[in-house]
Amino acid sequence: MRYLVYILKRLVALIPVLIGISLIVFFLIRLIPGDPAATLLGSHATPETVHELRTQLGLTQPVWRQYLTFLGHLLHGNLGYSYVYSSSVVDLITTSLPVTLWLLVSGTVFTLLIAVPLAVLAAARRNGIADNVIRAVPVVGLGLPSFWLGIILILVFGLKLHWFPVAGYGTSLTEHLRGIVLPGITVALALSPILIRSLRASMIEVLSSDYIVTAHSKGISTSRVVLGHALRNAAVSSVTVLGVNIAYLTGTTLVVERVFSLPGIGQQMINSILGRDFPTVQGITLTFAIMVVVVNLLTDLTHAALDPRVKLS
Amino acid sequence: MSAVITTVDPTTPLVDTGRRARGRRNVTLTVGLGLFGLIVLCAVCAPLLTGQDPIKQDLNSAFLGPGSAGHLLGTDELGRDVLARLLYGARVDLRVGVLAVISPFIIGSLVGLVAGWFGGWVDAIIGRIVDMVIAFPFLVLVIALVFAMGPGTTSIYTAITLVGWVAYCRIVRGQVLVAKEQEYAMAAKASGLPTWRILLRHLLPNVILQAIIFSMSDIVLTLLAIVTLGYLGLGVPPPTPDWGSMIQEGQQFILTKWYMSTIPGLAIVITGLALALIADGIVEKANQ
Repeated sequence: MRYLVYILKRLVALIPVLIGISLIVFFLIRLIPGDPAATLLGSHATPETVHELRTQLGLTQPVWRQYLTFLGHLLHGNLGYSYVYSSSVVDLITTSLPVTLWLLVSGTVFTLLIAVPLAVLAAARRNGIADNVIRAVPVVGLGLPSFWLGIILILVFGLKLHWFPVAGYGTSLTEHLRGIVLPGITVALALSPILIRSLRASMIEVLSSDYIVTAHSKGISTSRVVLGHALRNAAVSSVTVLGVNIAYLTGTTLVVERVFSLPGIGQQMINSILGRDFPTVQGITLTFAIMVVVVNLLTDLTHAALDPRVKLS
Repeated sequence: MSAVITTVDPTTPLVDTGRRARGRRNVTLTVGLGLFGLIVLCAVCAPLLTGQDPIKQDLNSAFLGPGSAGHLLGTDELGRDVLARLLYGARVDLRVGVLAVISPFIIGSLVGLVAGWFGGWVDAIIGRIVDMVIAFPFLVLVIALVFAMGPGTTSIYTAITLVGWVAYCRIVRGQVLVAKEQEYAMAAKASGLPTWRILLRHLLPNVILQAIIFSMSDIVLTLLAIVTLGYLGLGVPPPTPDWGSMIQEGQQFILTKWYMSTIPGLAIVITGLALALIADGIVEKANQ
């Protein structure tokens, strides 16, 4: 029951953030230098089409009125119409969003597969050779461009070894699964250094606590103490770190989709930018922000569910 | 930007600073500064290091491999010298990367100072604005802003400033909340000094260290954002060489001309490493 109240409170707290997001997305169009309608249509536009678009974008009305109209459309799930694709923006997003979500999920799974064993190994044998090597990873990883990493993975595992497709997403489930491996690993390689560092630090802290000493003195094997007792508690604080960084890396998926030609919303955003398709860019920017908000919310709820010490009030 | 703060949490060194580190007389900082100095030197002395023009096309000598006569690192699909493009690209990327960190640093620190010191409704309003900005993934908002403002370096600077200041604001605000309860701050307040003087002369020097440490990692993140924009075709307009667009051009020929994408990528990694070491070194120094 208390947990339900907590969820409700968190949802209410989201309202100002969502209004803020809609404001930023709304004002994007105001940043276009000169007359947005003329700029969007380019130099070949006739005055009639410019006027038509200006009316269509609502630019002839006062700003507050424009915002309220925009908000009204938003609440009805209307993100505008894309001239470039002759389709509603919502349709464009709903067809490409699953690919991006797939990429995020596979990226997170690969991150856990890479980070958890390495962090446990480093913490269990502190200051050993493995620990020193693993600790150096974030220093190198910080400046690693994920698009470049993706290209290298394509070269080695796609073009040379032929283990995975070079680009695209295929049409069947098996093709989807095969197509998402390299992009998922690319996202994971950007995300894991951060998780390794935080999980290692909390593992070391937990391993020196009293109940671990007690567990050891009771004669429980080291592997059971480390994996069964310590990891569970250390993982709780890393959930937050992972969640916050998934939110940040949502931006990285945009680039990774481009590298691997995955038809997700990031790829759609870049294509729309190159095609000067403003409503779609606006809609996708909004979608990305909502994804971040949802991931952050899920992170907090998971953390609260896992750790009874979190104050739910 | 909250995520960025976690990505490179300025309070925890990337490499453990144990007993051994203290005895080493800060090797990390020395190596980092040396490496970064070398890269900057290469960029500054680009015309001395190569006689080639980075944008001159010569289709007769396209796709020459590394080690060809006159082209140490080979040529690209338009016959442009890869070494020259790499060196001149460093000039562009490093300049934009470093400059694009300065205005978010100044604006964010000042706003954070004000928010933390005054509290109340000032803090509440600034906090709301920060929440709005950090709801977007950094890269997505930067790309959307650059798109809206049109291509070019001015748009890139403006976009990164509009998104990047929030990180500094949060760091400095947090530091001020602690510092303003300390005796020196209260003494300054009690002695009736003007507020701007308390903030700039007494508080700022005491709270700015964390922001400086973060700015080192922030240069790496900004550099990555800039080369990513270049890779996506939204960065510094062609034909100006930039590491990101070099990688993008090389991607089409990756199977046969691996060096075209690999070399600029390595340049980014090494630059990132140098800056990460500097950031680490400063943390080490601060902890001593």
